Amino acid sequence: MVREISKILIANRGEIANRIIWTCKEMGIKTVAVHSEADREALHVRYADEAVCIGAPPSAQSYLNIPSIISAAEITNVDAIHPGYGFLAESATFAKICEECNIKFIGPSSEVIAMMGDKVEARRTMQAAGVPILPGSPDPIESADDAKKLAKQIGFPVIIKAAAGGGGRGMRIVRSEGELESNLETAQAEALAAFKNGAVYIERYIERPRHIEIQVLADEHGNCIHLGERECTIQRRHQKLLEEAPSPAITPELREKMGAVAVNACKEIGYSSAGTFEFLLDEDGSFYFMEMNTRIQVEHPVTEMVTLADIVRNQIRIASGEDLQYQQSDVQIVGHSIECRINAEDPVKFTPSPGKITAFNIPGGPGVRVDTAVYPGYTVPPYYDSMIAKLIVHARTRELAIARMQRALDMMVVEGIKTTIPLHKKIMADPAFQRGDFSTKFMEEFLLNSDENIAAAAVDKSP
Amino acid sequence: MSETTASTMAQETEKSGGSKSNPAPKKGDPERSFDMEELRELADLFEERGLTEFEFENENIRVRLSKMTGMPAQTASPVASNIASSQTPATAATTDESSPAPSPASDLFKITSPIVGTFYRSPGPDKDPYVSEGSKVSPESVVCIVEAMKLMNEIQAETTGEVVEIYAENGQPVEFGQPLFGIRK
Repeated sequence: MVREISKILIANRGEIANRIIWTCKEMGIKTVAVHSEADREALHVRYADEAVCIGAPPSAQSYLNIPSIISAAEITNVDAIHPGYGFLAESATFAKICEECNIKFIGPSSEVIAMMGDKVEARRTMQAAGVPILPGSPDPIESADDAKKLAKQIGFPVIIKAAAGGGGRGMRIVRSEGELESNLETAQAEALAAFKNGAVYIERYIERPRHIEIQVLADEHGNCIHLGERECTIQRRHQKLLEEAPSPAITPELREKMGAVAVNACKEIGYSSAGTFEFLLDEDGSFYFMEMNTRIQVEHPVTEMVTLADIVRNQIRIASGEDLQYQQSDVQIVGHSIECRINAEDPVKFTPSPGKITAFNIPGGPGVRVDTAVYPGYTVPPYYDSMIAKLIVHARTRELAIARMQRALDMMVVEGIKTTIPLHKKIMADPAFQRGDFSTKFMEEFLLNSDENIAAAAVDKSP
Repeated sequence: MSETTASTMAQETEKSGGSKSNPAPKKGDPERSFDMEELRELADLFEERGLTEFEFENENIRVRLSKMTGMPAQTASPVASNIASSQTPATAATTDESSPAPSPASDLFKITSPIVGTFYRSPGPDKDPYVSEGSKVSPESVVCIVEAMKLMNEIQAETTGEVVEIYAENGQPVEFGQPLFGIRK
């Protein structure tokens, strides 16, 4: 049954709100922007067909304010709400309220969101669906013998972790059976001292993992395909800095294998709309489920560039009850794409840099895409996250894509605020990055070596 | 707003036949009216282009902008207001210093909507409005209802004074912060 979607309310802000408007315009769908008082001059507010102010600047009073957003949807008479990413995108409560108010929530059902939102529940469900999980002890370790048995089962190296806390305390990496007992004792003692709770558990430890995620698209009739992987290993404090597709570490065979696992899991749980499976990839090619994101992601453009897909368009079509219309064989990965997240931050200290943008010149030319919501004269408000633009390139090969990104970063002008452009330039020039040879440890090592270089690059470009 | 932006928006307004809020009346349409958003844009354009006189009249509305001694005086008198329930809210203006408000209201206390919903002047369709122009209010006086998700929220004045202006129309959708009443204290 196809329900017509002719008007969509975008329950978000910034670049993703603008992104959704692009596709809606192309599909002839009217848009409603909701905004806080701080976002009156925001780009998405100006481009949308209608705009409703929903509250004061703090997110809790505006972009997370469910009654306000639902009320706005009712007075503007929309057919559907697109939640973007972040904010209410993975709120099962919000999805349920939309369902009850007969407004189509563009995403999976509230039940599936709830299931995947509970990390313990998600792991159990995925395991039952045949998705590889990082081997580990479900309960705290009782004794040294217990530990030995488990560790042998899991396979070395293992990591001992405190059940009651993190931050490296009560954590020990054990590479062989001989080291186990003493490390167990130390870890327990440390955990007891730090968290008043000496309980520890054991997990397989991956020395140099990569973060690989698989994009899926599923309709509401049981059809599902994957759009290949994204490489998201370059992170700082678990925040992604840049992403690429395809991953230099993934072979066509591995892609097929991981993709099949993701698609099968989707069918098992009754997933619909766009979604992403996040995996940790070990150096030997084994991969383990981390979590599933039941929404569109920040880095979706790199997938769009290499597959020519429009993920937002597919989300809307799926939400209106249409068939997926694509088979797995229709998905082709062409060329290589890289995305750099440009944040309003000091490129060395990473402190936020809100303020008025006095010059903003985006690079153009072949294979360059910029997803942004800022413009010259725009003041970046201090209330929300610091990402101001995504700079995306696409080229035939990874080498050409890197050269293209360097050129684009060089020609991207942002004045009035500090941005992380100098940092991205240094990463693009890094030999390990260029070789495609990196793990989640990359940024740590990189930052240790390059503080002076980034600062120098930042000074070079100042007026 | 930069000049380019203002004229682009003005052109957009003309092209689409209406601002964000209006259901699309076409250019040259005798039914065409102006809402707050458009009047503001007009005033900006007027100012930026250094114009001194502007007049527009049709069945619905007469708009006259006239510049004297550097202070733009603007009057807009809607003759017929059939734009109520089909219209969606314009962005609230009075809390935003950068755009000139069309009404001479800088000394009035504005009662603004604390929520998103539909504005009603009376407790019920056959009942008298809570307040009219000239009504005296005290902090606990209920001045209107804003209905949100089938709940009728009574809005209180939260000030003492006399109702001088009523900015919203009965049955009109309103947004957070939208001015509803102008009170002279």
